[in-house]
Amino acid sequence: MSHRILDAGDAALTIEFGNVIDPALLAAVNALDAAILRLQHGGGLPGVIESMPTFRSLTVFFDPLVTDRDTLLPALQPLIDAVEHCTPTDGRHWQLPVCYEGEAAPDLAEVASTLGIDAAEVVALHSGTEYLVYMLGFLPGFPFMGDLAERLHLPRRSQPRVRVPAGSVAIATGLTAIYPWESPGGWHLLGRCPVPLFDARRASPSLLAAGDKVRFVPVSADEYRTLEAGLRRGEIDPMQWCVADASSAREAAA
Amino acid sequence: MNARTELEIVSPGAFASIQDDGRRGFRRIGVPWAGVLDRQLMRIANALAGRPEYAPVIECFDGGLHVVAHGGAVKLAVAGDAVVEIDDTGGRRQLAPWRSLTLAAGEALRIRKMDNGRIAMVAVAGLDVAAVMGSASTYARAGLGGANGSGRALTTGTRLALAPATDESRGLDRVLAQAPAADTRPIRVVPGPQADHFGTDALATLVSGNYRVSAEADRMGIRLEGARLEHAGAAEIVSDATVPGSIQVPGAGQPIVLLADAQTAGGYPKIATVITADLGRLAALRPGQTLRFAAVTATEGARIARATEAETRALIASIRPLPADGVDLVALYSSNLVDGVVHALGPEYRPLY
Repeated sequence: MSHRILDAGDAALTIEFGNVIDPALLAAVNALDAAILRLQHGGGLPGVIESMPTFRSLTVFFDPLVTDRDTLLPALQPLIDAVEHCTPTDGRHWQLPVCYEGEAAPDLAEVASTLGIDAAEVVALHSGTEYLVYMLGFLPGFPFMGDLAERLHLPRRSQPRVRVPAGSVAIATGLTAIYPWESPGGWHLLGRCPVPLFDARRASPSLLAAGDKVRFVPVSADEYRTLEAGLRRGEIDPMQWCVADASSAREAAA
Repeated sequence: MNARTELEIVSPGAFASIQDDGRRGFRRIGVPWAGVLDRQLMRIANALAGRPEYAPVIECFDGGLHVVAHGGAVKLAVAGDAVVEIDDTGGRRQLAPWRSLTLAAGEALRIRKMDNGRIAMVAVAGLDVAAVMGSASTYARAGLGGANGSGRALTTGTRLALAPATDESRGLDRVLAQAPAADTRPIRVVPGPQADHFGTDALATLVSGNYRVSAEADRMGIRLEGARLEHAGAAEIVSDATVPGSIQVPGAGQPIVLLADAQTAGGYPKIATVITADLGRLAALRPGQTLRFAAVTATEGARIARATEAETRALIASIRPLPADGVDLVALYSSNLVDGVVHALGPEYRPLY
């Protein structure tokens, strides 16, 4: 697959497969990421600290006291070349509850009127698609997911909000996301998800991983409050919304 | 003495937080490294206090940090161009930084102001901060790390529990033989990863003029003001990874340099990346100060990283015990500062033994 090597300072480099959002690019990124992780854990990439997969590129962070781009590139090239032949691995499948009502959905009416459809149709479209988790970031556990139904494509809000509440389910530019944290944000807020996406106490602090699939299931404001309270008290395990785990199925078969 | 030995934060000053070398391995789930903005200062402070070089420290901005010892003696060390003031049995006195000192119970230390730069590191002997995801570094956005599991910056009244130092450790303090020289060279950058998203002149513009640090400068990043950097096309890209030092340029053409707490991904083109060796120096610039950039290759940047590491090791190797009559030394440092005739950290600075 065609790619470019981009310098990201003296301690990182980026392998870029393209400049658009495309599941085929993501498959290449995640295949290269997995190959690098395997080699790194086997001690084969001294000085490599970590890698960061995104929609269309992989950035490799390294310690410039141990290695540099000229040492690293020959070690990475065979892995990059092998990406051609990869098949995307299946992530886990999630069905996450979302309340699309009242104060949980501050932009729903405006989005509906901008798009010229009614609010129920926006909800049906948004919850009627299974989304691919393209990447995590810019905040801890923040999943960039796509692709939205064509009818829901909108640019970002012209006035970003200073405070987007944690749990907000949002859309913009053909993508959807859940804000794990209160933060500023320019996306349109359609609903609220009660499931914490990030917990430092978990072995894998982020609930979702790149390559997972997510479907949203509408719940009422009452159900939302019940779920939120149960989660807060630790009575509900967020893993209950993981409906299929391809990797554990593979392990079981093996 | 049964009371627990503690260091109380009487005031965090402008901003102070617990940091160490940062949290690695979680950028893939959106967690930035956090960690100290200047690793050399952390390592020197810890070495002066007799701690492992990468142990957690108090990183403070712009002076004002005020701490008091409770329950027992507390050994501290200050790295950074700070004016240090102590309240002890000798009354209120000013000390030079780049040394350790021991506070008895009830005695206080204050970073009165910063002479140069805006960051000081205070290493505290016996400070043990629980690691969260591999690091004690405070990352407030996600409530990670920090004092007493708070996930927050230090606030007035915070008490840090310490393994007690012995009273005998007073007098067994250490000093850096020579303060690090002020480095006023340009901030060096490696062009890319998205230099090709800009007009042909943009890189030349970046390295040819002064940029001023705006009021928006913190642990996340520094917004600069200067000659406009023109994009060749859209001022947006499909988000990709950022690194500490990424210089992203939004539509208005004014660069923002990302630092330790910055978001891990971004949708603005990044014209260049500040090299790791110059990040601390950049982060220490105050709002209103100006800087210049210079371009180097990634290979040259790595060579500079190795040279800087050698300098840091030499500085740490130069750490000496303070003479036994340290009180006289204190008086001397103090009079230097008060008289302003001989700046204790200026070119005239000489080790006093």
